Amino acid sequence: MTDETAEGWFAGLDPADADAAAARIRDGEAPEPADWPSAAVERGFAADAEEYYDRLHEATVAAARAGVRERELADDQQLIHAVRAMDDCDRTANELAERVAEWAGSRRDDAGTGVEYARELADEGEEATDPAEVRLRSLAGRVAGLSTEADDLREFVTETAPTVAPNLAAMAGPVLAARLIALAGGLDSLAKMPSGTVQVLGAEDALFAHLRGSAPSPKHGVIYTHEYVRGTHPDERGSAARALAGKLTLAARVDHYGGERKPQLDTELDERIAVIRARTDDGSGGEADAGGGDGS
Amino acid sequence: MSDEANEGADGAPDLPSGVERRTFDGSDRLATRGEPVYGEPTDGEWRAWNPNRSKLGAMLELGMETGLAGGETVLYLGAAAGTTVSHVADFAGPTYAVEFAARPMRELLDAVETRPRLFPLLKDARKPETYAHVVEPVDVVVQDVATRGQAAVAVANAQFLGEDGRLLLAVKARSEDVTAEPETVFDDALERLAEAYEIVETERLDPYHDDHLGVVARPKGDS
Repeated sequence: MTDETAEGWFAGLDPADADAAAARIRDGEAPEPADWPSAAVERGFAADAEEYYDRLHEATVAAARAGVRERELADDQQLIHAVRAMDDCDRTANELAERVAEWAGSRRDDAGTGVEYARELADEGEEATDPAEVRLRSLAGRVAGLSTEADDLREFVTETAPTVAPNLAAMAGPVLAARLIALAGGLDSLAKMPSGTVQVLGAEDALFAHLRGSAPSPKHGVIYTHEYVRGTHPDERGSAARALAGKLTLAARVDHYGGERKPQLDTELDERIAVIRARTDDGSGGEADAGGGDGS
Repeated sequence: MSDEANEGADGAPDLPSGVERRTFDGSDRLATRGEPVYGEPTDGEWRAWNPNRSKLGAMLELGMETGLAGGETVLYLGAAAGTTVSHVADFAGPTYAVEFAARPMRELLDAVETRPRLFPLLKDARKPETYAHVVEPVDVVVQDVATRGQAAVAVANAQFLGEDGRLLLAVKARSEDVTAEPETVFDDALERLAEAYEIVETERLDPYHDDHLGVVARPKGDS
């Protein structure tokens, strides 16, 4: 059973070097198994089998953790393609739906508008004989198909985002989480951004106008779609956006560096937003909040 | 290794030491001792082992000749989120858990935390050379992988078993071919298995798992 040429994962390792051990578990190979516990004790890698298994446990857990993280970081690129494709399909469907509506309006009095009307037109029962009507309905069918594709992509994004970034997806909602990751270029880049940058992601035009001196600084970018910004009184939206961006940044960091779900982040944000909203509810308002919220 | 020694009074094999029948909410269920993993009912340090969620649990529930006595070294292929392998680690000795998908591995790591002799390996069970430098020869290989070529995986991993070793395999018909009759799939799988194993017992895992075949096998002597 023992093959003298085969080497175990521990061969030549310093027992104290946990990183090297994890790397060896991940990248090593052997043509066949051998009695590794005895070999390790013989070589002095461990005093006895118990110590060997303790070290093996530590090394396999570290290797699996690192492997999982790496694999899931690669998944963030798939998420980025999906959310961009989703937006492309939505945008193109809307654009073509306008063309369908305009064309249909030239042919009938009861023509409607939008993707929904294109769907109705595509599903219309009787067979078209007029060649222009055939083309119009075919185009309407393409709109319906693109819109269905957008819905399917949204579903994929909704399923995938929580596996890539569980905390960010829980706090932002899966689609906004995916958009933030896409705008940053990856979960890795998002996790390294200061929260002031996260706050204005997606508002680059407004930000550069501001930097040129021709506009006020933008209060929020794509996070505007979050209920905590949109649903807050306009006077306090800047504070709400700052608080939200701060917590989203923390969530992205937890997801990138650890990956454990931390529900207390959501609770902290809920409480912070309640405080901000109370200022407009009771009319007290004011600038007492300078500097609060973001953790950069 | 005699099967008689491993048999209870009613003719069914005894449960491995460390696995017991206990009462949870009025019903009699398999149980092992350990930290709960997937929200299963507990009774003190015992936790119920649900045969509907575990092929190996179903094999024990159905009284198959698993040959398990408790304390074995185990190579578990297709550990997923750790539902079954956590129970195995509760009653077995050193247990190597191979799983290729990242998401379930993340959950498996939680089960591993409280089980110091359960070793997670983020590896492809079709490539045993990528973990043979870590896994020692074992007493039992448990396999529950939901990919095509399940028998080929078992054959490739026969090298981990000594001559007294056992393969405890669940073949999922739908993983091989959704359109084929399960019987045909099972026959093909058993034929392929015969390259490296002698089949000891087979049994359908109904009603716990539809279209699954439980297989107990011994490695052929000369490999």
